[in-house]
Amino acid sequence: MNDPIQLNDTHAKNIRKPVQISEHIIEIVSDSGEGAQKCGQSFAAISAKMGNGVWTVEIIPAEIQPPARGRAGASGIRVRIGTNKITNMGNEADLIVALNEQVPYGRIDQHAYRDGTILLLENKWAEDPDPEIRIKYADALVDFKNRGYQVIEIPMEEECLKIVGNARKGKNMWVLGMLCNIYTRSLEKAERQIRNIFKKKSDSVINANIALLNSGYQWAESNLNLRFEIPVKESEEDYLVMNGNEALALGVVASGMEVCSMYPITPATSASHLLAEVLRKAGGVVHQAEDEIAAIGFAIGASYAGKTAVTITSGPGMALKTEFLGLATMAEIPLVVIDVQRGGPSTGLPTKVEQGDLLTALYGQPGAVPKIVMAAATIEECFHFVILARKLAETFRTPVYVLSDANLATGQQPFPRPKIKHDWFAPPIDQSPWKEDIKPFNWDEKTGLSKRSIPGQIGGQYTVTGLAHDRRGNVSYKPDENQEASEMRSRKFASFQKTLNPPPIKGEDHGDLLIVGWGSTLGAIDEAIEIAQNEGIKVSSIHLRFMSPFQPGLKEIFQKFKQVMTVEINYSDRIDNPQFSESNRRYSQLAWVLRARTLVDIDCFSNVEGQPLSPKRIVDAIKNKLGLSN
Amino acid sequence: MYGLKSDLTCDLPTKQYSISDYSKGVPRWCPGCGDHAVLNNTQKLLKEKQLDPAKTVFVSGIGCSSRFPHYMDTYGFHGLHGRAFPVACGVKFRRPDLNVFVITGDGDCCSIGAGAWIHAIRYNMDLTVLLLDNEIYGLTKKQTSPTSRLGTISNTTPEGSIIPPINAIETTLGVANASFVAQTADWNPVHMYETIKAGFEHKGFSFIHIIQRCPIFQQSLGKEMATNKDAMVYLQHENGIPFGEDFSQSVKNTVNHDPTNLSEARELAMDRENIYMGLFYQNKMAPRYDLYGSSNLGFTNDQREKVLNAEFDKYAI
Repeated sequence: MNDPIQLNDTHAKNIRKPVQISEHIIEIVSDSGEGAQKCGQSFAAISAKMGNGVWTVEIIPAEIQPPARGRAGASGIRVRIGTNKITNMGNEADLIVALNEQVPYGRIDQHAYRDGTILLLENKWAEDPDPEIRIKYADALVDFKNRGYQVIEIPMEEECLKIVGNARKGKNMWVLGMLCNIYTRSLEKAERQIRNIFKKKSDSVINANIALLNSGYQWAESNLNLRFEIPVKESEEDYLVMNGNEALALGVVASGMEVCSMYPITPATSASHLLAEVLRKAGGVVHQAEDEIAAIGFAIGASYAGKTAVTITSGPGMALKTEFLGLATMAEIPLVVIDVQRGGPSTGLPTKVEQGDLLTALYGQPGAVPKIVMAAATIEECFHFVILARKLAETFRTPVYVLSDANLATGQQPFPRPKIKHDWFAPPIDQSPWKEDIKPFNWDEKTGLSKRSIPGQIGGQYTVTGLAHDRRGNVSYKPDENQEASEMRSRKFASFQKTLNPPPIKGEDHGDLLIVGWGSTLGAIDEAIEIAQNEGIKVSSIHLRFMSPFQPGLKEIFQKFKQVMTVEINYSDRIDNPQFSESNRRYSQLAWVLRARTLVDIDCFSNVEGQPLSPKRIVDAIKNKLGLSN
Repeated sequence: MYGLKSDLTCDLPTKQYSISDYSKGVPRWCPGCGDHAVLNNTQKLLKEKQLDPAKTVFVSGIGCSSRFPHYMDTYGFHGLHGRAFPVACGVKFRRPDLNVFVITGDGDCCSIGAGAWIHAIRYNMDLTVLLLDNEIYGLTKKQTSPTSRLGTISNTTPEGSIIPPINAIETTLGVANASFVAQTADWNPVHMYETIKAGFEHKGFSFIHIIQRCPIFQQSLGKEMATNKDAMVYLQHENGIPFGEDFSQSVKNTVNHDPTNLSEARELAMDRENIYMGLFYQNKMAPRYDLYGSSNLGFTNDQREKVLNAEFDKYAI
């Protein structure tokens, strides 16, 4: 990728043979509001539709309109496309499109680029009336070149102004056209994509955007000596491409749940946007509650009344829902709780990824509050886990949490089109008369399970209470009855665990190091493990989907490895700091739980930088753990 | 209860419910507590209306009065402190066939649950809400409540409370989309019954504020309230709460008030001299959120599959 690129070569057309590559990482960065994400998402969708593997990561500032031309306000998107399936954001970018010379610095701070990265830079700032801007631009050009970037200045504004009056609106589609040319994308598919994005807009808007697309495409054709081709693998299977929040929303529809009760919170809200539209058409309603607490209370009310409901939130919302979550477990009311995790604690990093809610999901409520906690590792799982969550919630009469995170929420990835099954949708609720002698908490001694009656069911009347209660549901403070009820509520999950299999091991079932992951880090860990294994390192990995109860057999798996280390995106004390020792070190969240569960001395690699983990970071962590030089 | 329909048939009830079909257990409220009267009147109403116990749900929060559902042989939900409203709204949202009552107290509704209260008024779902207001925290043993009068001496205000109380009627009338606001008292069982009945018959969020005595922690206040009949002024109107023949003789003070007149209702609520009993306000046309919630029930699996497939198509490669 370090070949010099000749610009504005008069013979460009003749010499532009596409370079075959197996994958590329492209970033588009701009000020907030310039449409970089729409451009990147479209580019990803077009690529996916052509048959490439795709993964996207949005680069989102926390503010809606941060100051222009600032490194902190960088807004944009990373698109990784390849011949094979792509499962993570990868390492440094191969090509950047930057709409000003300051925004790349936000990403440089995050080590997103490397020596040789191609930087396609808007050149209008070179002629800016403000001399300070002109100086900054000139300085940045020098700096970029010193960093080894292959900078190509591009008259994006000038070209767009030939078509539209305000280039700020529309430059993104011009860039899309340019990228389509560079990566030999189908112009026809790109046009269709634009028609789809702007389907609610007028013809004149659509035509202007298509004109911009074509202009960008033609300009690149005539002026850029830069062309890549990423071959596709033919597949018979139908695929869908969407982000994790869209997958969650469609999962809710597929699960047959009729009520989603939520309160707006980043980064979970977009799931409810799609759901509000689709659920209404599919026989359900999204309720925007007055607050997080009311949102879950409403959901619990609907569930209690036989309409198992879902509430969708993020970390601060989980904190507020604590009391109701305890009630749902205590009163054994089915409920699906989706937590799209973000950086914490407190308001934390609203738009950034973190796997920081595991402990609060497991132990966040006062008293013994067993429940099922699942963690989706892919966008496909975001869809399917919601369906499973509802089934488990009803079968085990319990809240079921589905953990996702900001990385999955906005990341796009193709997955096989699900084949809809009618048993995903709820069976009609049995409203036949209740047998009077069945108590509402008629716990089965062996499994802890009991059947519940639903309002409307004749003879099944009982009063739900969060107070300690006996099998009749009557308030009871008797010591043995509270002990029994607590045991029964716990026993359900021991029964459930018996239905689970040990997690599959990627690699050998023994070796020097086992990496344990959960959630959205799956793709990066898998890729890192492959790289390390290819270098001869005896490392394997497992990836957990069930966090409570854990899949069985973990200790047995761990014991066959010399060392075990979790890889997570949440806080842990770095052991190389002299302040920390074994007696005070705080471990990352999964490591804490696994250490307690298995009594194995499990280490962790984690950080809270608010970024998805790259395969390279994980490979480095593996080598570091094994004392191998990089 | 029953009667001939226009085609000269009548629906014969499969079962005739009596009071005992609605009662369960022995209430553990103190002797003389106003909660008993509310329970009796409510059970009487259910019998009068012959409500199916299986189709009736009592939702409460936490507090003395919130034990209420445990004494009803219907479905019950004794939930969290301050959170009866969201739960009740969730119950009703997709179940138009259920009769849903909310039992709440002054601490539960006006303090910890104040946010949910405001929004439940606005949602205007078909719920019958009984606010049992004894102006004191009882279950936790005598702390000032937001409705306690100025100067109330309690375990948390040993020198007397210094902040003016919330007037639950005034507050409710101030919220957008309020649709039924009435006041009654525990020592007027006939009026209370008629008020709860009118509230139940109203299709929407029927807010009934019940002034109550706490014989343990508000002893003197209770006596004063029940004996000083001059302090009570009854709202009179053909569309208001009927007094009943026996009762009207004991009513001394009345005032004419049209319950469709919101600004007059607010003025009455803000009157610090008199306590008005009866229907302050009713708006039968206020939009109801539960009608929206239950407007797309009963989709078939085929219908759902069709919608889902159409969505998949939009994301298809």
